[in-house]
Amino acid sequence: MKAADSLARRARWRWPEIVFWLLALAAIAAPAGKHLILNEIAILALFALSLDLILGYAGIISLGHAAFFGFGAYAAGLICKYATADPVLGLLLAMLLSAMLGLLTSLLVLRGSDLTRLMVTLGMALVLHEIANALPQWTGGADGLQGMAVGPLLGRFDFDLFGRTAYGYSIVTLFVLFVLARRIVKSPFGVSLMAIRRNSLRASALGVPVNRRLIAVYALGAAYAGAAGALLAQTTAYVSLDVLEFNRSADVLLTLIIGGTGWLYGGIVGAFVFKVLQDLLSSGAPQFWLFWLGLFLVVLALVGRDRLHGLVRRAMP
Amino acid sequence: MSAVLETRALAKSFGGLLATRDVTFSLEKGARQALIGPNGAGKTTFVNLLTGVLPPSSGQVFLAGEDITSLRPEARVRRGLVRTFQINQLFADLTPIETLALAVGERLGQGKEWWRRLGAAEPMAREVDEVAARFGLGDVLDMRTDTLPYGKQRLLEIAVAFACAPQVLLLDEPAAGVPEAERRDILDAIAALPADVSVLLIEHDMDLVFSFAKRISVLVDGGLLVEGEPSAIAADPRVRAVYLGESGHG
Repeated sequence: MKAADSLARRARWRWPEIVFWLLALAAIAAPAGKHLILNEIAILALFALSLDLILGYAGIISLGHAAFFGFGAYAAGLICKYATADPVLGLLLAMLLSAMLGLLTSLLVLRGSDLTRLMVTLGMALVLHEIANALPQWTGGADGLQGMAVGPLLGRFDFDLFGRTAYGYSIVTLFVLFVLARRIVKSPFGVSLMAIRRNSLRASALGVPVNRRLIAVYALGAAYAGAAGALLAQTTAYVSLDVLEFNRSADVLLTLIIGGTGWLYGGIVGAFVFKVLQDLLSSGAPQFWLFWLGLFLVVLALVGRDRLHGLVRRAMP
Repeated sequence: MSAVLETRALAKSFGGLLATRDVTFSLEKGARQALIGPNGAGKTTFVNLLTGVLPPSSGQVFLAGEDITSLRPEARVRRGLVRTFQINQLFADLTPIETLALAVGERLGQGKEWWRRLGAAEPMAREVDEVAARFGLGDVLDMRTDTLPYGKQRLLEIAVAFACAPQVLLLDEPAAGVPEAERRDILDAIAALPADVSVLLIEHDMDLVFSFAKRISVLVDGGLLVEGEPSAIAADPRVRAVYLGESGHG
């Protein structure tokens, strides 16, 4: 049974992966001080992971992925205010709603070229942004959604000022959703997505129902992005319009490209690099941080992102 | 013998251009048939109509007696109408084992299973082994597809189609571009296809056509010019004029 062994090996956990997750989870107990930025990294990583599912695995390019992030954030905010203060329940509901939005809007991205998809996704995010702006009685409009009283996590851990609970919540959520995503991309469904991304005509010539698979993964990506948005809303107890802004869609695309697409750790690596660079560079002269980021991207592209990624990927496929 | 694949008055026009005109064609069960024709004769369009990539302007396609004209490409594949591609359309950075597991898995209806690992279902892994062995791919299963020798890639192309359990296999120039040394393997693999798989070979290479086919259909200007046994086709003056004569000059 050569094939069975080989296919089993393909999905096995490698030790660098295990070490990475142990460290990430252990950081919950680290001395206070860095948990706020770690929380931001974990949320951005989850957001980038959600984009990787649809872009890196299924090949759907999006310039409006913040639509789902923002939708999840507002959903979590409103659920907290009007339905339940329990964060985990709110998170699950926000994911479910985001998945439904993804399911509906997936019909718009099925057809057309990459360029069409760029414009459609960009347009959708703009529309949602304006809807949020136009409904201040619900969203708080430009002032943001305030007055969220997020309950303690699992009824025990209050969200503290230093972000320890927040980070613990975000990193465990990231871990759980990562393990699920890992399972999915190593499954028959996941391989069919990879085939669709390479050559959808060929995939359909092997009997793969391309459209149904794309709809499913788009809804999944939307749920993940919604989870990231919900985490941001719950851990900051605030939602502002910038969750739906174009910048956020562009940033997450950059993050994923820095880290590497079609590789589940790409979003995590990208989020780490992006946030640490942002932190370091903007501590000197905040207004110039985009200059340095731009320079970094140019250098990264010239040095050969593929070569760098190749080194890491051999250890953590 | 009964026809496993049939077309009735199949036609396709692109604007004013008639790419396929009124083709009534049939492939018997277990056939070893070839479809030939000069460049621009409409072979590609005809294959696209058979596989459902293009909708016909008029006419019908039947598979095992059932009208499949309105079915999508993947539904036709699941019913056993499978094609290979002339230019490699393999998934460059997947491995042969992933590609074969995909094809076998889709056929067994496992493609939507997101909750379990690819290959966890045992019959599927066993079948991947069998297909790999049949096409001599056992030693390259874990390499990236685009790093394989071209001959192996062509074998994988046929193996993947075979993994879909075809009733009808459309082979589109299976040996095109393969170096002489690796060519034999491909011809052997084609010759060794099970007798119950009906094969339609779409080919330019006359040596391959005449060594393989028991029956030949000649397509010219989008229409069927003549059909018959190889010896009759080789002797037919019309065929010589439009096809063999032309390739003799070229």
